[in-house]
Amino acid sequence: MKVGVLALQGAFGLHERVLNRLDVAAVQVRTSEELAEVDRMVIPGGESTAISKLLDANDLADPLAERLADGLPVLGTCAGLILLASEVVDGYPGQHCFGAIDATVRRNGYGRQSESFHAPIEIEGWELPFPGVFIRAPVIASAGPEVEVLAELDGVPVLCRQGSVVVSSFHPELAEDDRIHRWFVEQE
Amino acid sequence: MAAESMTGRETGTPLVKRGLAEMLKGGVIMDVVTPEQAKVAEDAGAVAVMALERVPADIRRDGGVARMSDPEMITGIQQAVTIPVMAKARIGHFVEAQILEALDVDYIDESEVLTPADEAHHIDKWAFTVPFVCGATNLGEALRRISEGACMIRSKGEAGTGNIVEAVRHLRSIIGDIRKITQADSAELFDWAKQLRAPLPLVREVAETGWLPVPMFCAGGISTPADAGLVMQLGAEAVFVGSGIFKSADPAPRAKAIVEAATNFRDPHILAKVSRGLGEPMPGLEIDGLETRLADRGW
Repeated sequence: MKVGVLALQGAFGLHERVLNRLDVAAVQVRTSEELAEVDRMVIPGGESTAISKLLDANDLADPLAERLADGLPVLGTCAGLILLASEVVDGYPGQHCFGAIDATVRRNGYGRQSESFHAPIEIEGWELPFPGVFIRAPVIASAGPEVEVLAELDGVPVLCRQGSVVVSSFHPELAEDDRIHRWFVEQE
Repeated sequence: MAAESMTGRETGTPLVKRGLAEMLKGGVIMDVVTPEQAKVAEDAGAVAVMALERVPADIRRDGGVARMSDPEMITGIQQAVTIPVMAKARIGHFVEAQILEALDVDYIDESEVLTPADEAHHIDKWAFTVPFVCGATNLGEALRRISEGACMIRSKGEAGTGNIVEAVRHLRSIIGDIRKITQADSAELFDWAKQLRAPLPLVREVAETGWLPVPMFCAGGISTPADAGLVMQLGAEAVFVGSGIFKSADPAPRAKAIVEAATNFRDPHILAKVSRGLGEPMPGLEIDGLETRLADRGW
């Protein structure tokens, strides 16, 4: 199995490092040729406006939309969540959101950097909480009936799944904890 | 300062501070002096903007004391864009930093581009919730800044010159020494710490990991997509562009081209494509002809 990490901008190197720790072949994806080769995909945190523009610059928006429509399993963290959402509130006009998961997100909903935080996240069925790091994070404002909420923080969803699409408001790649990545690559 | 709330949310921790720097990797941070310029930067795909009164080229030309920007200008820029907004404080001027923190900027640059306020002490950056980036010309300087709480290092280069030569010198110095330290045996690390005038635990960490404990970006003299590609291939993890964009003939396309270059820095065909027809870059300066070397500020 080859897991692609969208490497246009952001914390793609950290995701790669976690995947390498798990002995999973991780490849950086910057072109449609590279995208065509992967079996799973991680869309990392970063600035969603910049990543959105770079998707256009590198002619990746349409190929990525097609692969997502074909059911490519994907993990989206923070900016990745914004790109996979069906609607973005307080976004940048025209920024891509591919609608891979039926959720509305509010960009920077947790506030500016002064309000960035980490907190233990209780995940259903997991023995120990996961160290959630939230950086200028998006809020999952609402999720459709198809969406499974796997974890909440103070009543707000922070980790969700719809089919093979997994999204988090926080950054599992910043934690020294590989469980979310392991779970993602082991799904189905 | 790190704080824990009732709900178990911890803010301002080293991980949270470094986290934002991690999210800016592979991106371009652009100096802007007006909300309009900030919009141009965001439209071009900047990952953050640095709000300041004058770009380094103008500070250099005008002379005099360069200070923190007017809060009104910073607020105006915060309202204009959705991306992170950084601002500069003078070296050692912890009250300017307190004011910038009160303004809720996302990162503070304790910057040699402004006139230093203290000739012996940098700001105690651990005392703040807001993260700091500091400049460095060599590994020792980088590790001293990290020991003071900096969560991002940028190689200094020589701001406002449009000349990449100093950025290359500083990057090569920092990365070259990191490479040497990873080859050193444990006894040699004591001497490295002494030579670098840096804390031993940080020197050991560099020896073990082969990298700084925080992200390292590059600043000072980047004015073309090729410059961005050069410093990224040398090992910079993102770039700051100061005067290089808004002192060029046609800022918007140049900004976009540098953003695309930072992403595709290993692909010469894309670099060739984005370098076409950008108009005149900013006028450059020879380093030997400079009256003031900004990189010499800080220690």
